[in-house]
Amino acid sequence: MALLQIAEPGMSAAPHQHKLAIGIDLGTTNSLVATVQSGMSTVLQDEHGHALLPSVVRYKEDGNISVGLSAQAAQSSDPKNTISSVKRFMGRGINDIPDTTHIPYQFRDTGVGMVQIETRAGIKSPVEISAEILRSLKSRAEKALGGELTGAVITVPAYFDDAQRQATKDAARLAGLNVLRLLNEPTAAAVAYGLDNASEGVYVIYDLGGGTFDISILRLAKGIFEVLATNGDSALGGDDFDHRIFCWILAEAKLPPLNQEDTRVLLTKAREVKEWLSENSDAQITSVLSNGKLVNIKLSAEKLVELTQTLVTKTLNPTRKALRDSNLSIDDINGIVMVGGATRMPQIRQAVAAFFKQEPLTNLDPDKVVALGAAIQANALVGNRSENDLLLLDVIPLSLGIETMGGLVERIIPRNATLPIARAQDFTTFKDGQTAMSVHILQGERELVSDCRSLARFELRGIPPMAAGAARIRVAFQVDADGLLSVTAREQSTGVVAEIIVKPSYGLTEDEITNMLKSSFGLAEQDKQSRALREAIVDADRLIEAINAAILQDGHLLTADELIAIEAELASLKNTCASNDKDKIVSSVEALNHASENFAARRMDESVKKAFAGQDLNKLVL
Amino acid sequence: MDLLQRNYFELLAIPAQFNIDLALLDQHYRQLQTEVHPDRFVNASPNERMQSMQVATQVNAAYQTLKNMTARARYLLQLNGVDTLDENNTIMPTDFLMQQMQWREVIEDANTHHDIASLDALLNEVRSIAKSLALELNTQFNLKTYLDASETVRKLSFIDKIISDINHAIETLEN
Repeated sequence: MALLQIAEPGMSAAPHQHKLAIGIDLGTTNSLVATVQSGMSTVLQDEHGHALLPSVVRYKEDGNISVGLSAQAAQSSDPKNTISSVKRFMGRGINDIPDTTHIPYQFRDTGVGMVQIETRAGIKSPVEISAEILRSLKSRAEKALGGELTGAVITVPAYFDDAQRQATKDAARLAGLNVLRLLNEPTAAAVAYGLDNASEGVYVIYDLGGGTFDISILRLAKGIFEVLATNGDSALGGDDFDHRIFCWILAEAKLPPLNQEDTRVLLTKAREVKEWLSENSDAQITSVLSNGKLVNIKLSAEKLVELTQTLVTKTLNPTRKALRDSNLSIDDINGIVMVGGATRMPQIRQAVAAFFKQEPLTNLDPDKVVALGAAIQANALVGNRSENDLLLLDVIPLSLGIETMGGLVERIIPRNATLPIARAQDFTTFKDGQTAMSVHILQGERELVSDCRSLARFELRGIPPMAAGAARIRVAFQVDADGLLSVTAREQSTGVVAEIIVKPSYGLTEDEITNMLKSSFGLAEQDKQSRALREAIVDADRLIEAINAAILQDGHLLTADELIAIEAELASLKNTCASNDKDKIVSSVEALNHASENFAARRMDESVKKAFAGQDLNKLVL
Repeated sequence: MDLLQRNYFELLAIPAQFNIDLALLDQHYRQLQTEVHPDRFVNASPNERMQSMQVATQVNAAYQTLKNMTARARYLLQLNGVDTLDENNTIMPTDFLMQQMQWREVIEDANTHHDIASLDALLNEVRSIAKSLALELNTQFNLKTYLDASETVRKLSFIDKIISDINHAIETLEN
């Protein structure tokens, strides 16, 4: 069995070996994959020389799945089974979709949870559909780079909430990608832009993509990208401009409600017209509908500006808010970077120039800049960059709160707080002997529960029975560097750790993901045992490699005895890996983790010392 | 890990006093995050990844506390064994409370009349009062008159609340 071959991982831990890492821009309209080759960030092309992969997935009659241009070509002929702009549905419920009448898919109205789409290949979650796009990009990268990928950085709109981020991460997991980090799109753009131009100062990233709008304000200094504030609208993008044109065509040509094929045809037409009018003053819209009716009308660039004026204005409110949150005024801004294909529209550029009283920067391809930045970050995260000269300090875009009495939200983590961040909150019981309680987590800026987005309900169980009000349950909310929330709970007087059951409001449960994972693998791998074994071995591999690298770097922090103890566990784990016994491997991993706990702590202390190396701190500390 | 036991000043290697060098604070914060941030530990063992997240979280909390004048003063009092009890102790001098009420009226009037200009003016006025309170605080910390300092911190808390309410009112009117 091939499994034995990867049980020799320590050997591959050569410190300066170039690891294969990619950056993926998983866009509403198009997706891209990039990597750093010979120090240059480059977008990878498919075999036909295309860099952009249309984010379109088609479930074909023969049971195969096509992604990209070929799927896009079938949009009009097979609209129900050809899904585009799926990013708009990630982590969203049916009621979040403003206008389903112009969307040609069959949504399954389950009433709760993330939307689902009925296709001929069965009911598909947006997570599964996104995973197909990621899989396609992954295989493109593997072909181009000729090896196994260490990991990927995947970009998300800065304004994505927890559910949307989690859905993206789940999609990557389904696609078999090791996610190094979820990176905010504007931050990625800033990295690509800032490193190219060696810029310092305060920059605004104005990112209008196909379906999302983000505004981020960053301070750039000596390779550190510090996000000061972010804002946006996760349901506003180039698609909306297409839609305005589409509605105008319907009204202008006095068309009755259209069937799905015709809707698709005219929406595509609308997009082409929009792009054409960025460089031309008039566009002729000609199309023959399925009933033989001819649509033949003219749209001027001037009229387009009028039709979409409110959309452009809609981007300026979040811009103002972000400026206010960062305590900055327009004079403080050194430059504005334009990101996203929609920023090619002249009216957008003019509106931004008028607002900031300076011309925006457009010297990088707005379609590629996010992927390029993601690749640079991926390259740094896997350790290919020799110097520690790149650090991204990002923020949480929306406040987190918990439901309190009377349907009110109590804020526990404010928006624009730098990640990672944690807050602890104490709760007590309401009844004698109460052993469980539920905490409802919300995200948003409003005061009422009904005006915020429900993220999840955490059910705490196993609270030791006490008199009402006697238990002190400290619930810790931790948001990690990906912007994802995790919750732990402990009763303070007894130290009992409460069990937490997470019920995501618009996400997938662990069981659902496991089922999707199972069905996404071939017959040979359907055996759950072998899959679990493989995962355990991959985990063990990573741990062995990490510990070996740590010893190589900081072995001097260990006493001889400690080193012997860790090396014994290392050897034992290597042996158990060859045993094909999952449980043994897992417990051996735990033993190695335990043996190296103090070593990890000492290395952290060492990192802190290193931060202030060469500075005389004695004179500072009172 | 003793890193998590250090107080915020120690963690960021800043002298534990009210008047601090904000540029130095920025510099130390960046130096520290460059070493401890989770991005530096992506390939590390689960232990190290967890500890990196905890330390980076602590560094962020320390930085946010020390950067903000009111939070820094409250924290410094706490280190000196004085709890400012912002939430329970709302007994304030009468003239200060009168001024508060006056400000609240200005905000309400501005809201009814959509008067952003007068909100901006109020914002400036309140900010200048915050500045003079900061000077007072510095003296009080130097003289170690912590109970007086504690009252000044409570005043500053009120001021912060007013400032955030004014900003909120401006935001609402602008939309």
